[in-house]
Amino acid sequence: MSEAAGTMGIVVAHGPMAQGLVDAVRRIAGGAADALAPFSNEGRSPSELKEELERLAGDAPTILFADLLSGSCGMAAMVVARGSERRAVVCGVNLPVLLDFVFHRDLPLEELVPRLVAKGRDGIRSLPQAS
Amino acid sequence: MGIVLTRLDERLIHGQVVLGWGSQLRPELYVVVDDELAASDWEQELYRLGAGETAVVFATVAEARARLAEWRASPPRAVLLVRDVGTLTRLAAGGLYHGQPVNLGGLHHGSGRRQVLPYLHLSADDLAELVSLEGDGAQVWAQDLPDAPKVQLHSLLEG
Repeated sequence: MSEAAGTMGIVVAHGPMAQGLVDAVRRIAGGAADALAPFSNEGRSPSELKEELERLAGDAPTILFADLLSGSCGMAAMVVARGSERRAVVCGVNLPVLLDFVFHRDLPLEELVPRLVAKGRDGIRSLPQAS
Repeated sequence: MGIVLTRLDERLIHGQVVLGWGSQLRPELYVVVDDELAASDWEQELYRLGAGETAVVFATVAEARARLAEWRASPPRAVLLVRDVGTLTRLAAGGLYHGQPVNLGGLHHGSGRRQVLPYLHLSADDLAELVSLEGDGAQVWAQDLPDAPKVQLHSLLEG
């Protein structure tokens, strides 16, 4: 991960999903994807997930992007972010969220997080648009 | 039928339980039996977030043993969860699970444990306790998801 300018992101998800999302960000955004670290829950116990996420997050301001709120990834992310003003969790991560993150991670966390949640929701559309 | 599933799963309330089993069993209540979590309000809050609109009750082993008959006898439809073999065997001690099914849903690798199934790692002590549980009349089988094959405990012993 590159800490050059702002908040860092950890994508924590089931199976190969995190790596796939970060790879997709890299194809679209290039080196900006260096701000993201993929992390899979595969083969990790709940306590290992928490310990390794804690180590990855370190001291930098960090957003933990989890795939699913009701899951071991979301749970571990919430435990790691608990009580820290420098960490936040965004559940239900999708590509629009991560793309917006890598280009706006210089924003303060309290501004960045609601922006990302809105971007994620806005990225889900049905077509043609329901009236 | 109150308790529709008793499951050993280190992750307790998580995707496989809420979505995989939940979509079939449609529980109205999760009962989490764990002495440590029963005393931790903030952890309970996190697990409740993961359970969505389904109610969650946390109980110590002692509390659960006292309420087991009540949970079994009447609605709501409940999924009972424990996260380690020791808690399961203390819950079931004295034949409380005689004739009752027990699902082994997920334990990761750990000290002294070996992989018996891709999602299940058990130590020799774990296996001995589960055999004892079955000896007390419980029906113990492993299955991570509803559409996965059921694996009976005796099959795990042969591995």
